[in-house]
Order: sequence, then structure tokens, then C-alpha cells
Amino acid sequence: MNLQVLAQVNSFLAALVLLTAFAMLSQRKINSLVTLFAWQGLFLSINTAVVGFVASKHHLYISSLLTLSIKVILLPYILHVLVVRLKIRKDVETIVNIPTTMLIGIALVIFSYHLTAPVRQMSTLITRSTLAVALATVMIGLLMMITRKHAVTQIIGFLAMENGLFFAATSATYGMPLVVELGVALDVLIAAFIFGIFFFHISTTFDSLSVEQMESLREDT
Amino acid sequence: MILLVLIITPFVAALVLAFVGDRRFAPEINIFGSFLTFIAGVALAFEVYEHGPIIAGGKFFFVDAFSVYLSVLTAFVSMTTAVFSRGYMQREREHGRVGHLRMRFYHAMFQMFMFAMLLCLLTNNIGVLWIAMELATLSTVLLVSLYRTPNAIEAAWKYFILCGVGIAQALFGTVLLYFAAEKVIGEGGEALLWTNLIGVSGQLEPTVLSLAFVFLVVGYGTKVGLVPLHNWLPDAHSEGPTPISAVLSGLLLNIALYALVRCKVLVDGSTHTHYAGNIMMGFGIVSIVVASFSILRQKDIKRMFSYSSIEHMGIATFAFGLGGSIATFGALLHMLMHSLTKSSIFFTVGHACQMHRTQEIARIKGLFKGDSFVGWSLMLGAMAIAGMPPFGIFTSEFLILTATIKDVPLLTPFILIGLGVAFAGLLRKVQYMVSGDVPSYFEPLKTARAPVLLHMAMVLILAFYIPDFLNKWFHAAVELLK
Repeated sequence: MNLQVLAQVNSFLAALVLLTAFAMLSQRKINSLVTLFAWQGLFLSINTAVVGFVASKHHLYISSLLTLSIKVILLPYILHVLVVRLKIRKDVETIVNIPTTMLIGIALVIFSYHLTAPVRQMSTLITRSTLAVALATVMIGLLMMITRKHAVTQIIGFLAMENGLFFAATSATYGMPLVVELGVALDVLIAAFIFGIFFFHISTTFDSLSVEQMESLREDT
Repeated sequence: MILLVLIITPFVAALVLAFVGDRRFAPEINIFGSFLTFIAGVALAFEVYEHGPIIAGGKFFFVDAFSVYLSVLTAFVSMTTAVFSRGYMQREREHGRVGHLRMRFYHAMFQMFMFAMLLCLLTNNIGVLWIAMELATLSTVLLVSLYRTPNAIEAAWKYFILCGVGIAQALFGTVLLYFAAEKVIGEGGEALLWTNLIGVSGQLEPTVLSLAFVFLVVGYGTKVGLVPLHNWLPDAHSEGPTPISAVLSGLLLNIALYALVRCKVLVDGSTHTHYAGNIMMGFGIVSIVVASFSILRQKDIKRMFSYSSIEHMGIATFAFGLGGSIATFGALLHMLMHSLTKSSIFFTVGHACQMHRTQEIARIKGLFKGDSFVGWSLMLGAMAIAGMPPFGIFTSEFLILTATIKDVPLLTPFILIGLGVAFAGLLRKVQYMVSGDVPSYFEPLKTARAPVLLHMAMVLILAFYIPDFLNKWFHAAVELLK
């Protein structure tokens, strides 16, 4: 395959990652959110492998496999088990209604393109145009955490941010050094372990996983 | 070699403690582990003092004057905290607030936290620095929720989420930094090594580094507790067990500031402007003013001192941002003094809270009569942290103020107002708690005096006399940073 086609594939996968980010933003059902998160991880993993092939960077294959095993298989599985065990069926209430959230999301994408413009101009990598998408994914993850008052969606938003960061590293620099990638993966795993414990603590202490009840530690004004 | 001992000891201690569990001698193992770490830290400091900066382990580790002084401080405070925590956690268990499993977890994670912080300080790789910082957060999250009360869980969740989000921004900043560095140094792990980066910082692309610094300051700034990114801090520092409050306030904030300052030096080298410094000064001033006014409104004693930590971190961040020899020297000294004073205050506060079985300021009374040691050390500690002479914080704040008046006189009133308000707020409330009659629910306890006395003595002595070796370290660090 020639380079041009692969660059197209790379852009296409970036588009899919962004699409799943928006789909997550519009989704109310937690089960579907977990599935969407797994899809995003899959696109990311394929993209990493493609970039690894284009740039002939073999350590990217390892990152790709790591993403596949952690973000596509392990984390969605853990989340799924937790959702079943904790009997979460209710839809998640959003603070801002969904159409407005989507509009803010679009604004964030434009902002990301604007912000990363100087970096794109300097870069010579074929993946440079996807850096803006990566930053947009990070910001949409953040938006999701802000607009949903539920522990599980906050975690999925957090993990989506992590996806965006990983994507940023691949598109800006063909991946961080392997020791850093491994360390970050380890941190994500530990975090997964901790939020799993947290879900149980929160649901036993507050009777539900909605974080809206957690407001006793405010400053009195 | 010594470096390896220093970094491995807490890790091994964590494993041993996880394995040993909640035996009678577990606190002693904790103390012994911290003691060994401290000895290794001092030995390493002597080596750096004699032979200058060390690069070891295939360039993975790097120790210079700045990081070695913080390493020794970290090891020292964790040692005294371990001594304090022995009696304190024993009583918490007698009060039925923690069980066997949680005690095992507590000890293991205490050492893990030390490991993460030392890794932050000793690593040469700014990617690994990020990883270790995240590890430090993760190892303390479940310690904050150790008591499993609704408030503790809420605080820990906030800590987990807000610091997770914040530190994610720092990772993006690190990616951008790597992007800029790769152009100059070439691909591979070498481009994230501090020793390589600092050599070529003049050639790094300024626009990219300016963008990276915005992300880095938001990321690490969240962990430093800079206003307006500070929301998690008072909760996390007040709801966890008091020994953890002491190390979070006294040590973790320093480490986060260390990471930020390291990044600032790179950005300064690249942009040749005062851009990074200005951002830090802005955050610093806002933190000083907002935190000092927040102190006035607090009803919980640990929350009050957490806000005071935000204020002092604001002062240090401001001083690093200001730059120049005097301000940087002041900032380094301030980090040291704040660390020693604040952890000593938390030890005392822990005793006071256990004696009254509450953290509410309104219900803590009559400490002078109830237990004069705790009463006096709280009073003197509050005076020290508020910046009264003859304590060390007065010296460092005086240096920073002198530099401010010389370089940016317009900002002086803001700092003075902040210091004044914090002074009034702290002393008024502490005055209330130490005076008056002993309430009926007061319960006298055996107190751990050595850690408090040691810290206060050091703060007092360092105000008058800074030993030669410390002076040389500071000057070496100032040379690195300014």
C-alpha cells in the first residue's frame, strides 16, 4: 500500500474516534456507553498499528496490543460486570440537555483545531492533522465528566480523555517512549482497580451511584 | 548505589507491610523503613554535596541540589510522620474507626506513597515524573476514604476525579514537550530526559513550549492546589487520617511544585521571556488572596489548615514565578519551612482532635488546661505558620517580600493583605481553641512529643542559622533554576 492511502486510513480512523466521542456525548444508557467506549478503543488500537506500520516503529505494535487488551477487552469487561453487579439500569440524567452538549462539543472541536494550528504547521509527520482530533477527544471527555452527575459516566469520560491523550501521543510524535507508555498503562490499570472499589463504596454508602448527593463538603457562603 | 537503596527501600517496605499485615510490630516496620530511607537520603545528599549532580542507571536517575534537598525533606517528614502515626492509628483503631484489613492497607500504602514521591524526585525522565505523580495520587486516594464515612468517600472521589483530570492535562503538555524535543534531540527515550532537554532548551520551539506550559501549569497546578484548581484539596486533606493529612500537605504539594518548576525552567530556556513566570505569579497571587480569606470562614480545624497550605503554596509558586536569586532562594526555604511547620501542626491537630473526638473548631476548647504540651505546640505552630518571628517562615516570607518590593512593587499589597488576613484568621481561631475551660468530653491521651519538638526546633533554629551545607545546596539550586 502506498503512503497516501495509509494517510487516508489514518484520517478515517481519526474521524471514527471523534464520531464515537460524540456518540458517547449523546448516549444516556450506561451499557451503550461502555460499548461505545470499547469501539473507541478499538479504532484507536487499529490506528496505532497503522501508524506503527507507516512509520515502521515497532514499539507502536506493543502499544497497539496494550490498548487492545486494556481498553477494548479488560476495562469494558470490568465496567460491564460492575454495571450488572450494582444493578444500574436507570438512564443517566444530564445537567445540560443533550443538543446543547453536542453544540458545545462542536465548539470544542473548532477550538482544538485553532489551538493546535502552530503544532500542525511545524510537524512533518503524516499523522499531524489528527492531533486536533486527539485534543478534541480529550476535551469532549472532560465535557462528559462535567455534564453527567453519575460515577460510572464520570469514569467513562475520564477513560475517554485517556484515549484522547494516547491518540495525541501517537499523532504528534509517533508515540511516547515505550517506558512511558507502559507506565501510563499501569496507572490506568491501577485507576481501574480503584474506581471499581469506589463504585462499591459509593453505592453502599449513598444507595446509588449518582454523585449529586455528594454535596456535603461545600463551602458555606 | 545509595540511590537505589533510597528508591527501593520504601517499595520493599510496602511489600513487606502488605505481607505482614496488621501485626503488633507493623508500625515499627513502618518507622524502620522510613528511617532507612532517611539514612539513604542523607547519604545521597552527602554524595551530591561532595561530587555534584549524579546521573545513574543508564540516565534513568538524575539527582541535583534541588531534588536531593527535597528527597531528604520527604524522607525526614515521612519518618517523623511514621512515628506519630504509630500511636495515632493505634487509638483510631481503639475508637473503632479502622479494622485489621484497613490497617494493613494503610501501612502498605503509606510506604507506596513515599516510593512514588521519591521516584518523582529522582527520575530523569519527565514522562516517568508524570507517571510517578499519578501513582502518588492513586496510592493516597483510598487512604483519604479510609474511614468510609460519606464525607470521606465524597472527598476521596473528588480527589480522584479532579486530580485525574488535572494530571491528564499535564500529560498532554508532556506530549507537546516531547514533540518539540524530538525535533532537536531525535526520536526515542532520550528526548524526554531532563539532562538532555536542559542542554538544548534554547533550541526548542517557543510557540509549542508556550502551549505546553499552559497544559502543564493546569495539570501540575491542580496538584499544587493553586486557586482556582484547588477544590479537592481542603476535602482530601481534612477527611483522611491525620498522618495522611500531614504528608499530603507537607510533602505532596512540594513534589507537584517541584514538577512545575522543572517544566518552567525548560520553557524559560526556550522562550527567553518571562511568560512562564508571569503565569505562575498570577496563580500564586490569586491563591494567596483567596485562600487567606477562606481561612476566616472555616469551622473545621483541618480544613482551616488545608487552606493555609494553599496560601503557602501560592507564596512559593509566586516566588518561583518571580525568579531571581533572592526570590528563588526564598521559595526553596519556604517549601522547607512550610513542610516542617505544617506537618508538625497536623501532628498537634491530630492529638487535639482525638482528645475532643471532633474536628469542629467550636467544640475544641481549653487545650492549655487540658494538655499544655498540645496547647502550646498548637499556639506556637499557628504563630509560626502565620509568619511571626522568630520562626523560619518569617525569614522566607521576608526574603520573598523584599524581592517583590524590588521587582514588582504593585503586587506587594496583595501579598501583604493575604498574609495579614491569614494571620488574623488563624490566630483568632487557635486562640479560641487553646483558651477557656476544659469541656466535659475531653479525654487526656498520651502524646507523641518527639516529632513535634523536632520539627519546631528545626524551624526555630533555621530562622537564625542556616548551616553551610544547606546554604550551598540552596545556592546550587538557585543557580539551576533562575
